[in-house]
This record gives sequence, structure tokens and C-alpha cells, in this order.
Amino acid sequence: MSLAILAADGVNVAQNVGFGIIAALMIFGALCVVSTSNVVHAALWLVIVLAGVAAQYVLAAAEFVAVSQVMVYIGAVMVLFLFGIMLTRAQIGAEEGLNNKGWQVGIPVAVVLFGLLAYVVLDAYGDDTLAEAPLTGANNEATVDIADRVLFQYLAPFFGMTFVLLAAAIGAIVLARKD
Amino acid sequence: MLAVNFLLLAAVLFCIGVFGVIARRNAVMVLMSIELVLNAVNLNLIAFALMNSRNPLPGAGVDGQVFALFVIGIAAAEVGVGLAMVLLIYRNRRSISLDELSELKG
Repeated sequence: MSLAILAADGVNVAQNVGFGIIAALMIFGALCVVSTSNVVHAALWLVIVLAGVAAQYVLAAAEFVAVSQVMVYIGAVMVLFLFGIMLTRAQIGAEEGLNNKGWQVGIPVAVVLFGLLAYVVLDAYGDDTLAEAPLTGANNEATVDIADRVLFQYLAPFFGMTFVLLAAAIGAIVLARKD
Repeated sequence: MLAVNFLLLAAVLFCIGVFGVIARRNAVMVLMSIELVLNAVNLNLIAFALMNSRNPLPGAGVDGQVFALFVIGIAAAEVGVGLAMVLLIYRNRRSISLDELSELKG
């Protein structure tokens, strides 16, 4: 995708520059997550990636999902991960043997998978543009729409998810309990 | 903004997550890589929601966001159960190396 195409589409330049910076940060953080030899550092790099995802949600005009991402992932899941790391007595500092013996197999798998995905994505959505992010007024229409959808059309899946969460919470307690 | 921006970023994150699942031996690190994969999928859903917001039907642009919220909820449940299982394995075997869990191998 060249700059000429971007300009011809009348694309919001600031949005693209912000997207690029956050995307570069996210990719670097993700590479650090899968390559660092310190488990705690991996968790902290994962925070960078998850915060970047939340920022991209804001760029894509999904404020409610962005706030949910920050609360659920950076708030709750990250604390769970840090507790998991501490309770399994990870060493402080670098650690040997975090990788499998045949870990190099992952590189060609990931590269081939990316080539396939990139080919399909460029083939199917090569010149589709995203809609200009709608301005949300004081009434916050997008969030009102989400509430309408969740509590009307998607009510049955929503109930299903609440039961999954309840079962998961009880199951986690039963599994991790010392008796 | 081009749709492929989001889709390619999500593809990169997805592949890095798959690499982590294959390469890592520590169970907690594998769970972190799975989080990368789930976030890549969520990014795609949000991009498609924004693409679909040109649809004149009321609220057409938020369906993808609702899906993303469901994925976030399920991912939270998955991490909770996964870490509980990791703790159980650690308590029984004093190790969370996944390649030592080979009892089912024939």
C-alpha cells in the first residue's frame, strides 16, 4: 500500500500515523513476549501489547470495548498471570529451559501461516476502507446500541456466557483448592 | 483508513502467538501466547464492526463489538481455569514443563 493510495482515499493521516506507531510497539512487545527468557518480563511485555490493542480499539471507535479490555485484561487477567508466575515459583531473573527442544520449528510455521493469512487478507479486503469513525455525542449512542444488542438480540448467548463464567469460577476454585 | 491495516496487524499478532504456543515449554508462557491469539481475533472483529458501520440498519456497526465483548469474557474464564490447572500440575509434579506431561503417549 503506497502513500499515493492513502492520499487518494482521503484517509485521515493522523489516524494512520497513530495506528503505525502503536502497531510497531505492539509487534515489538509481542516478539518480546515470545522470546524473552524472564517470565515476569514476558508478562510485563504482554501488558504493552494489551494496552496497544486497547488503543487500537479507541482508534476504531470502539470505546466501550477498549475500556472493557483495560479492565478485564490489564486489570484482572494480568494479576492472575502474575499470581500464576509467583505460585509456580519462577526464578527471579533469567531462566533456562523456557523453550522446547524443537522450538525452531515454530519459525517456519509462523512465517508460512502469516504468508497465507496476508495473501488471503490482501486478496479479499485489499482496497476496502473502514468507515470514518462516527462521532459519539453526549448520549454515547454506540454504547447504548451495544446495550440494546446484548440485552435483546444476544440475550441467550449472554446468559450462556454468564453460566460459562460461573462454571469457570467454581471449577477454578475446585481445581486450585488444597483439601 | 484501509481495512488491511487492522487485518494485517492482527495476522502478525496471531502468528507470533502461534509461534509462542509451539516454542514455549513453560505452561504459563503458553497461556500468554494464547492471549496474543485471542487479542488478534478481537482486533479483527473490531475492524469488521467499523467496516460494517456503513450499513444503514440501526446498530449494524456494533455487532462486531458485541462479539469482541463475548470473546473477552470467554478468554477471562479460559485464563482462570487454565491457571488453576497449571497450579494443580505444579503441586503434583513440582514443574510446569509441558513436555514432561507425556503419560498419554502410547
